[in-house]
Parts: sequence; structure tokens; C-alpha cells
Amino acid sequence: MKRLNVKKIKKDFPIFNRKIKGKEIVYLDSAATSQKPYIVIEKLKEFYEYFNSNVHRAIHTLSYEATQLFEETRKEVAKFINARPEEIIFLKNCTEAINLVANSLAFSFFERKNNIVTTIMEHHSNLVPWYLLKKRFGIDVKYVDINDQGLLKYGDFEKYCNKKTKLIALTHSSNMLGTINDIKRVKEISEKYGSLILIDGAQSVPHFKVNVKKIDCDFLAFSAHKMLGPTGVGILYGKKEFLEKMEPFLGGGEMIKEVELNKIEWNELPYKFEAGTPNFADVAAFKYAIEYLKKVKMENVRKNDERLVRYCIKRFSEIKNLEIYGPLNYKKRSGLISFNLKGIHAHDVSQILDYDGIAIRSGHHCTMPLHRRLNIQASCRASFYIYNQKEDVDKLVEGLIKIEKKFKI
Amino acid sequence: MDIYTELILDHYKNPRNYGEIKNFDSYAKEYNPICGDEVEIYLKLEKDKIEEIKFLGKGCVISQASASILTEICKNKKLKDVVDLDKNFILKILKVDLNPNRVKCALLPLKALKIAIYKKLGKDEEKRD
Repeated sequence: MKRLNVKKIKKDFPIFNRKIKGKEIVYLDSAATSQKPYIVIEKLKEFYEYFNSNVHRAIHTLSYEATQLFEETRKEVAKFINARPEEIIFLKNCTEAINLVANSLAFSFFERKNNIVTTIMEHHSNLVPWYLLKKRFGIDVKYVDINDQGLLKYGDFEKYCNKKTKLIALTHSSNMLGTINDIKRVKEISEKYGSLILIDGAQSVPHFKVNVKKIDCDFLAFSAHKMLGPTGVGILYGKKEFLEKMEPFLGGGEMIKEVELNKIEWNELPYKFEAGTPNFADVAAFKYAIEYLKKVKMENVRKNDERLVRYCIKRFSEIKNLEIYGPLNYKKRSGLISFNLKGIHAHDVSQILDYDGIAIRSGHHCTMPLHRRLNIQASCRASFYIYNQKEDVDKLVEGLIKIEKKFKI
Repeated sequence: MDIYTELILDHYKNPRNYGEIKNFDSYAKEYNPICGDEVEIYLKLEKDKIEEIKFLGKGCVISQASASILTEICKNKKLKDVVDLDKNFILKILKVDLNPNRVKCALLPLKALKIAIYKKLGKDEEKRD
């Protein structure tokens, strides 16, 4: 396994030619969105220049070619996570994917007496849909807690799950704590009660190899824009046996076979869940993001994340008033790290780092319940990807030390 | 521009009028849940003037410095003069250019102050952005 040649990789990303306030960009916000390699940008442009046409509809050449490109990406995505193409549904983003599962399951399988188990560390996209189900259909929702290391209290799953638990919805990798959850362990518990499992893979699929057969989840949601792909492309994987029995989410063109005024036959998978004109141009370009990641190799992506997060934790220990959230064991976390400088608000930290061209994120990272659970108002978050190297961590630490001196609380 | 000027950092590290008034005439608290900025305003009034003003709060430099500077300026001011203060006034007293997302932080103390005054005047403040 070769180490990532980050200097070489960075040259593939045109945005790093830019300067912010005269400084080189130190981009530490890939958990929010990743930068794009030239090939993805070029292929998106090329689609509109040479192939643009609506997919699936027409006989003419352009439509045929556009459809080929669109469906080729579907095949690539399926291979990437070890699924079948008919189990891959393209949506707007990961949030929409989770909402599809929530609504479709509610229409198809849930009854008022059912409950859902999720966790306190979830992103709002994996909390609000269940809250809506509770509000609209009276389904109960339970929240598994974390311990003081930011790891799930797996015992809570045993406590909350029962025969009425229709679904366990949890994140594979927390976008704030960085905690990588043991899906296999949760799967074993779910099997006792026949509960389905939905995994939020927004932070996992871009960062390490995810094999849906291996983790044996029933649904997996993730998005292209966090893995070098364009925005506007969310992916839902669902086991064929469930997708076939589930009611559609959105209704319109494409997802129907035959429409009569009082009787409609749904289209086959995956089209049953893809209503309206899909985001075909961005989906076509997304294939090249996956190819780029395959070339770099996901094991190397993970190794780079581990190196950086391990180094970052080590350097953070030099700063007296810095508090890290989540596991300190780099093996238990993904390539991101949330923290606070005690006595200094996260927004001020990120504002001053911005003067040095350093981009981190500050706020609640769409995890307000988690922040409340940790008893903090907001936090800073630095997240790494394939174009980050140790020098980026050094610049971040330099910046934080400068801020501490400036504020001298 | 660097918004962390000497003026702003001074008011953040050494806030003026920080504390509560035990027997206040009016009080209001404003909170921004998105970032956790919080400002509480305590007022003691003499007829139509602010005789004493104190604040408590926590949050970012801009919200807290703004509260400190604002309370200094509003001491002994007439109520009717204070309710007319707006965003431009705040930016003037802070002496910095703020991005739209930080303007909200800067306006938090003014919002709390106006609500405290309107409570006393018996009117309802329309919650404006």
C-alpha cells in the first residue's frame, strides 16, 4: 500500500491555484463538501457541450448517449459499494435519501405502535425525518446515548429495541465526533427483533471502503459532493427485496409504467423512486469522481486520514486550553476532529483562521442535540481529505496558538 | 478587514457595565440558538431616561463587545432616542465592516435593549430581522 502522494494529487485540484487574502488555501472543511479534481469539472462541462439531452425519453442519438452515461455511473456506484444497479437510487442529496426511506417505510410498513431507534450523535438529516414521523404518525423514537469518549453506548440498543422496533437509523461515522460506529454489532442486535437498518454513510463512503454486503445494512445513504463529485447527487442504496415492496416517495414522470386516471402502475427498480427529470449531467460527471477514488485506492484514503488525525491530536495536545470532542484513539475515528479553544467562541476562531487562508467550520454542524449533550454552544471542526498533508495541520496549530495569544483570556 | 481591533478586543476582555441590577425596572434576554450568543440587559430608569444599564452575556467577541460599547453609550440617554438606534449605528460604534453573518451577532445586544425598553413602555416590539 503506497502512501498518498498528496503534493501530486493537489495539482489535480484547480481550486488550490487560488489564494485567499494573499495566502494559499488550507482547506480543512471536506466534511462539509469536498473539492473537485479537474477531470470531474471537465467531464461536467463536456456533458453539456457534447451529450446534453434528457435521459430515458427519446430515440435520438443524444438522448441515447446521455442515458448511457447516466446509467454507467449507476453501475459504477453499485460496484463501488458491492450492490446491484437496480438497488442504486439517485436523489438530490443524502438528506433526501434518508427522507425517502422515512416516508416510504411509513407509508408501506409502519404502524402507530412501532418505534424507531436512532442516536444522540446524528446529523439533523437523520433526526428530523424521524421527528416528523413521530409528529405525523405517532411513531415513537428513542435515542441511544454516548459515553464520555464519544462512543455509542451499545447497551442502549438492547434497552430500547423490541419487537415493535421497525428501524434502526444510525450514522456510520459521526460528522462531529468523528466516531466510527460498529455497524456489525448493531446489526446483530437488530436481527433479534427483525428491525431494518438504515446507515447514514455521508462521512464514511467517501473516506473508507464500504461494502453493503459485508455490513449487511438494509439502506445506505450518501452524497457525491463529499466524495469529489458534483453537488445535487445523493445516493440511496436499498436491498432489492425491500425496495420492491416499498411505496414510492415522490410521484411524477419516470417512476411510472402506465398511468390511468384512477390506476397507476409503478415503474421497476430503481426508477420507481426517481421521479421527474434526474440531475443527469452531474450524475454523468460523478462517475469520474469514483474512478479517481478507485485510482487513489480507498485504503490509502483511509491511511491518509488516520495519519493526519493522529498527527493533529498529537499537536493539539501542545495547546493547553484546547478541548477535543470524540475518541482520542485515531483508529476509532474518521478524518475529522472537532474542538474548542476554551473561552473563545468557535466563530471567532474560524474568522481569525480565515485571515490566514485556513478554512474550518464552526457552529453546531447540524448536530444541535449532540452539542446540547456535550454541554457546549458550538464547536470548531477541521476535516481532512486526500489533498491534505501534515503541513496543513501545522498551519492550523500555528493559527490556533496565535489566536490564544491574541485573546490571552 | 481584521475585525478584531484593539477597541473590540478591549471591550471583549474588559466588558464595561458587566453585571446585573437587582431591583431593575426592566429586563430582556436575547439568544441566538444557531451560534449560542446570549445577551441579558438590565435597566434602571429615571422618568424617560436610562439611569443605569448593565449586561450579562456569553458568546462571540462581536456580540459581547457590541453589548459593552452599547451600554456605555446608552447610559443617561433618553428612551425615545435609544429605540431609534439601528444597524448603521451599531456598525459606526464598532468601527468595523462586518459580513452579514456577523452583523447578526453585533445587533443582538441592541435587540435585547429595545425589547427591555418596549416592555417598560408597554408596547410590543415587532421581531424584525
